Amino acid sequence: MTAKLKTARKSRNPDLIRGVGKYSRSKMYHKRGLWAIKAKNGGVFPHHDPKPAAENPPQKPPKFYPADDVKKPFVNKRKHKPTKLRTSITPGTVLIVLAGRFKGKRVVFLKQLSSGLLLVTGPFKINGVPLRRVNQSYVIATSTKVDISGVNVEKFDDKYFAKEVEKKKTKGEGQFFEAEKEEKKLLPQGKKDDQKAVDAPLLKSIEAVADLKTYLAARFSLMSGMKPHELVF
Amino acid sequence: MPFKRYVEIGRVALVNYGNDYGKLVVIVDVIDQNRALVDAPDMVRSQMNFKRLSLTDIKIDIKRVPKKKELLAAMEAADVKKKWENSSWGRKFIVQKRRACLTDFDRFKLMLAKIKRAGLVRQELANLKKNAA
Repeated sequence: MTAKLKTARKSRNPDLIRGVGKYSRSKMYHKRGLWAIKAKNGGVFPHHDPKPAAENPPQKPPKFYPADDVKKPFVNKRKHKPTKLRTSITPGTVLIVLAGRFKGKRVVFLKQLSSGLLLVTGPFKINGVPLRRVNQSYVIATSTKVDISGVNVEKFDDKYFAKEVEKKKTKGEGQFFEAEKEEKKLLPQGKKDDQKAVDAPLLKSIEAVADLKTYLAARFSLMSGMKPHELVF
Repeated sequence: MPFKRYVEIGRVALVNYGNDYGKLVVIVDVIDQNRALVDAPDMVRSQMNFKRLSLTDIKIDIKRVPKKKELLAAMEAADVKKKWENSSWGRKFIVQKRRACLTDFDRFKLMLAKIKRAGLVRQELANLKKNAA
């Protein structure tokens, strides 16, 4: 038996009706070429000894048995499908952020990351929104588009935004009573450079359009009489 | 107060409800107490409830149930489109439509323009007041 599996090999014996094949056993014997396999092996069907089973270390009986039966959770092998991006959101679209620290800010969409989140930038100089991830559900897509051709967003992915793991410092008793010196986490210079690199071509294309810069700098808000379900964004 | 706009053959009406909202249509025949046969250059002749129609001042000269070609010719002759666009109702309607389809960026630019205009007006007023004093 070869190790590689042929995925979904079509049967050589087509169904006349469900349960009834077109060819008889002897015909199928010939079709499958079992006569050729036997001939190659000197008249006998080849027999391979089973591989020796891997030696499992002898399992010790557990130290503790729970009093009542413990239920095991069911196995869940379901995989999420990749998040569909709304057709109204294309690279360069101006989005309105609806929640979080930057709610109401108008922001430029760069690309969708593999996790499904949207990579977005202010640009930082205009409205203070840095390169950031944002969920599609918390965003209104406007029909305003910015020319994004000069921007290279290849290097940004979800790993770029992962939190840095802090190493635990073992504290001695004396140190416990001292006021904990909070080190302010400074933004690494690399990230600041990335921001500038992304924003520079964006700023050029934004300044090319009249009023677009002030538009991005302003926040969105609902005024009296504005009905969101009737507004065209 | 007597009525001034009557349902009659040739009366131009505005559709105020439904898929054809905003279209100008001509009443081409009356079916019964509630419905009219209605036609417009860009639609198939169909029936419509009077409740969906708002009568306008414009009336064209046609016979009952004219052929499409005759209808088009009569509308051209009466210049329905121009009359509508020059009427105050028509102008307001066009403005309403334009405002409804403004995008967020358009609304922002409109706000800037209004502020600018108000500033200019206020400046002029201040000048006038200064000169009058």
